[in-house]
Amino acid sequence: MSTPSKTLGDYVLGLADDALVSAQRMGWWISRAPQLEEDLALANIGLDQLGQARTLLSYAGQLEGDGRTEDDLAYLRDEREFRNVWLVERAQSDFGVTMARLLLFAAWQSELYAALASCPDPTLAGVAGKAVKEVAYHLDHAARWVVRLGDGTEESHQRMQAALDAEWPYLDELFRPVEGAVVDPASLHPLVLARIEPVVAEATLEVPQVAPARGGGRAGLHTEELGYLLAEMQHLHRSHPGATW
Amino acid sequence: MSSAWKIVADLPDPELPVVTIADLGILRDVTEDDQGRVHVQITPTYSGCPAMETISEDLVEALLSAGYQHVDVEFVLSPAWTTDWMTEDAKQKLLAYGIAPPGAVGHGGAVALPLSVRCPQCGSLDTRESSRFGSTACKSLWVCRSCHEPFDHFKAL
Repeated sequence: MSTPSKTLGDYVLGLADDALVSAQRMGWWISRAPQLEEDLALANIGLDQLGQARTLLSYAGQLEGDGRTEDDLAYLRDEREFRNVWLVERAQSDFGVTMARLLLFAAWQSELYAALASCPDPTLAGVAGKAVKEVAYHLDHAARWVVRLGDGTEESHQRMQAALDAEWPYLDELFRPVEGAVVDPASLHPLVLARIEPVVAEATLEVPQVAPARGGGRAGLHTEELGYLLAEMQHLHRSHPGATW
Repeated sequence: MSSAWKIVADLPDPELPVVTIADLGILRDVTEDDQGRVHVQITPTYSGCPAMETISEDLVEALLSAGYQHVDVEFVLSPAWTTDWMTEDAKQKLLAYGIAPPGAVGHGGAVALPLSVRCPQCGSLDTRESSRFGSTACKSLWVCRSCHEPFDHFKAL
């Protein structure tokens, strides 16, 4: 039988891992983005997400009660112990895919953090109240690119549609029931769609009609690609335990 | 106001040394108990702001070298920092430093529209945003069409 603080801890860990893994994927773009300004933008978006992840991980460690710090949780857990959704973990090297994904993720985070900002848990409300303002900029950034590429040339339109089609199956996992959830994931579904669909329409794109991906990240089931991400993210800490700057 | 507050309030921001942490609204509270223990509360501008640890180390060092024996620093997240807490004086200092200060935060939580940001170099309003994210998370990058100089703008948050 799990205790309330254990299930709340699992829920918080899921949100922390979403932000952490997304931040790591954003970091991949540094030096690889199509222009210097975009390098800065994606690095800054990743930094915001990392900041959110750090506070959430510390809180998850506190709820767990075994004395694990944010670093222990970020660097010393294996793949099956990560609780992030599949949307954020898959490798990407196409800028359109990254923007499609950021549009979906930031739309969801916007609604999630807006709801959490008024929840009775003071730590979650504090993180969310701060993060909701940052995520507004992420969503705006992704929306501008999706519109620019979607309503751009024939080539960019086609590729933006393909990117949206590729990411859309992973949206569904965000709205599935989670034990310990402070905000009912399903309740966010219509709100998130209301943020995404006008952007898709303005970009002259179609809302994809595709079957949802299997998912399972909240239960520790992941795609192969998370393992490679963790190997890179954790290798320094594991090779040199206790290393500091 | 305690003397500990005065010491801490005068510390410059590590990334924007023309303004102090009190000017920026990062410093939330400083309390001293009768045994001389100091408790400082600071709030981050952005969740991932890498300057927070430097600020924390700076203020502990400043207080210790001023003779305080016990200093602890608490990071508070709520209420969330907003550029509206920045003093008018700080905005003028930023402007003189070449950074266009933030306008007032709009209501409703949407991203503030970048209507017209005045060039800190020549004062022209004929400017354009070249990137929503600049050298740090709190700034965006702009270019002046009149004097052709690029400049940072502290985003309203």
